[in-house]
Amino acid sequence: MANLTLELETERKKICQVAKNCGLDFFETIFELITYDQISQFASYGGFPVRYPHWRFGMEYEQLSKSYEYGLSKIYEMVINTDPCYAYLMEGNSMMDQKLVMAHVYGHCDFFKNNIWFSKTNRKMMDQMANHATRIRRYIDRYGYEEVEKFIDTCLSLENLIDRYSILNGPVKFQEKKPDTRETDYVFKVERSYMQKYINPPDIIEKFKQEQIEKMQNKSQFPVEPVRDILSFLINYAPLEEWQQDVLAIVKDESHYFAPQGMTKTMNEGWASYWHSHIMTRHILNDSEIIDFADHHAGTMFMQMGGYNPYKVGLELMRDIEDRWNKGKFGREWEDCDDVNERKHWDRKLNLGREKIFEVRKLYNDVNFIDEFLTEDFCVRNKMFVYKMNKETQRFEVDTRDFKAIKAQLLFQMTNFGQPIIKIENANFENRGELLLQHVHEGLDLQPNYMDATLRNLNTLWKRPVNLVTIMDNEPQLFRFDGKEYTKHSLTAEKQNVSESNDKT
Amino acid sequence: MPIREDQNRFRNIIKGRVRDDFKKYVTNGELIGKREEEFVKIPLPRIDIPTFRYGPKQNQQGVGQGDGQQGGQPQQGQGQQGSGQGEAGENPGEHMLEVEISLEELAEILGEKLELPRIQPKGTNNLVTEKTRYSGIAPVGPEGLRKFKQTYKKALARYISSGTYNPDDPVIVPIRSDYQYRTIKKTQKPFTKAVVIYMMDVSGSMGEEQKEIVRLESFWINTWLKKHYKGLETRFIIHDAAAKEVDENTFFKTSESGGTLISSAYKLCQQIIETEYSPDEWNIYPFHFSDGDNWSGEDTRLCVQLIRDYFIPRVNVFSYGQVESKYGSGQFLKDLQKEFAENDQITLSQIESRDKILDSIKDFLGKGK
Repeated sequence: MANLTLELETERKKICQVAKNCGLDFFETIFELITYDQISQFASYGGFPVRYPHWRFGMEYEQLSKSYEYGLSKIYEMVINTDPCYAYLMEGNSMMDQKLVMAHVYGHCDFFKNNIWFSKTNRKMMDQMANHATRIRRYIDRYGYEEVEKFIDTCLSLENLIDRYSILNGPVKFQEKKPDTRETDYVFKVERSYMQKYINPPDIIEKFKQEQIEKMQNKSQFPVEPVRDILSFLINYAPLEEWQQDVLAIVKDESHYFAPQGMTKTMNEGWASYWHSHIMTRHILNDSEIIDFADHHAGTMFMQMGGYNPYKVGLELMRDIEDRWNKGKFGREWEDCDDVNERKHWDRKLNLGREKIFEVRKLYNDVNFIDEFLTEDFCVRNKMFVYKMNKETQRFEVDTRDFKAIKAQLLFQMTNFGQPIIKIENANFENRGELLLQHVHEGLDLQPNYMDATLRNLNTLWKRPVNLVTIMDNEPQLFRFDGKEYTKHSLTAEKQNVSESNDKT
Repeated sequence: MPIREDQNRFRNIIKGRVRDDFKKYVTNGELIGKREEEFVKIPLPRIDIPTFRYGPKQNQQGVGQGDGQQGGQPQQGQGQQGSGQGEAGENPGEHMLEVEISLEELAEILGEKLELPRIQPKGTNNLVTEKTRYSGIAPVGPEGLRKFKQTYKKALARYISSGTYNPDDPVIVPIRSDYQYRTIKKTQKPFTKAVVIYMMDVSGSMGEEQKEIVRLESFWINTWLKKHYKGLETRFIIHDAAAKEVDENTFFKTSESGGTLISSAYKLCQQIIETEYSPDEWNIYPFHFSDGDNWSGEDTRLCVQLIRDYFIPRVNVFSYGQVESKYGSGQFLKDLQKEFAENDQITLSQIESRDKILDSIKDFLGKGK
């Protein structure tokens, strides 16, 4: 399969061996040398050679190939998380670039194989994607291009409504409706009628009946627990045709496949950058390449104003962890030490750094990675700050360099990995089969026009009115789309009513 | 490559959008600014699939890195954006997309939108052009142009007719007389030429907005006419009290402060037609734009006379567009309407604002002349 030139293949073997010696553990990795046009295509397809037909891939391609042609951007590296891993090198890149990319890729491959969030990933996704493509093409043949495309658009609009944390738990099971408890369940069979009131005492029966009525009422509360994995819920319960169900399942599958990559972006890039830097500078580079390497590496690590560069933050944090565990800068003793000088020269010579970062790459995702390892020292050393838009001057300004604020901001950006948290509260809202969603508001409003359109799409699937409770402009509001009309009303008034009635009681 | 299918689909969606929001694009000068020889670049916001997502407030805060005082502007680092794209991109940027649409396609959309009839060129058959294409076949020629298939066929035919063809050993050896070569073939095509002569009043009363309207109109008129005439020429005349011919750039930029003598432009136009564009060979389209002010009734009478006696017999259609302005009286349009109420060869259109551009284009081109 691999079509590397002899020179590249020699280098690849060398880098692969070095990576293994460093302790990296990866699936077999196949590199392919492809043209920029092909790489643009693969990148538009999310790294895969075959995807189902959809215009958004075309849009992606249009943009990628244009920006390459205009010299605005260049894709150096692409790797797919499968077994074996496939990675692409671009024809015409310099030898140094190719080597750097290979070293970087081995870092990613190790991460894919070992990080716990990828443990449930389908490693045959390349085949799976091709199967998806075949299935969708079959539906297109049967139901028409526009029809299927329209439905895919609708599904993609809900693509992010999955439960990222449940990825490790495998398929979601919803608590099924409680079985209909009929009278036969608690009324015993009586052979002799005079025994009736002794075997089935009327007051007890009455109690059971009451209980059953209560249960029936409870049943209108479905699902019993709020559901985060809205996609799975819809696949199970929305009134869809079989092919629609399948399309929705395909979208969910692919969304699940890509989710861990979004959850570990910072760590993954940090890890790969750590290793490309290590492998290149200590083992691979020759003297003439060092300047080019430094230039390229610096370009990758450059943190643009207003942009968060996962390569940079990830790499620095990895190095920081290694350093701290080498010197024993952790644990009670270290935390309690207030002496600045002592802290500065702290070195317990534990040499646990390498071991620690391997452990970190195995067990963490971006959120707990930042939560646990971002320290005040680190923020000061890396001159980090929180910036804000100054409304008067209409420009970004440094708001604060306070550690807590920085951490809070970073964690906030990563909460639910940048996606709003939406749950299904009730699928039988007001006992009318309407869908009630709850947005867990964390300080940021939803974008109104997108919200409207998404509700519409949700309604297309659910076929009954859909409701969303969220906070908009500091006011709790309920948005409703019933298939024709879009309405909203404030929940503040109701709340006041409730509190008033509470006062009276 | 399979991506082509998706790309074409995407482009079709874009064209659909352009079609749907056509009015917006017609009245948007930006589009014309991005004109190249054969196509225009249409700036489009990325088409997003709606999802529940955070509003723009999120972008107003973030974590950065570098020097700078509290309250100060963060230092913008120098550097280039390096290797991007890890695995799958999940955060689409807020880029503008630029999509190319050929003028031909644009004209089609325009025609479809406004239900414009095709133009019937006059005097089409008088002129023919010769086109040469390599579609002929000759027994002699350079080896580079030898047609293998034809040569083989000829040789095969020779073998069969001479009875030497052996199906069990089908070896065919062509000899010199079998050789066939591609050669030039001349085809004759009727050729239609057209000239558009734009005249515009640049006196003080025509403001920036009025000129912008004229610029937009002329772009769309050109686009439509270009679809029908392969050889389309454009000439530009500006006038206040006197007229002169200018290039396109000057045409839209010049601002004079003098009075207005419309007849001066008509006379110059007449002169250009007489010296360069024989009505027998050319389809002639004079377009005149002004705010309707003319110096005197005397001059208006002169204009009417020129139109009736000179232009109407010679041109396809004479068009006058009156752009509303604060200062113009709008009298000229009324005078022309009175004179040429029933005449099919003159179109008059009033353009109150940008929004009326489409209607006005329809007025001008709706007759199919």
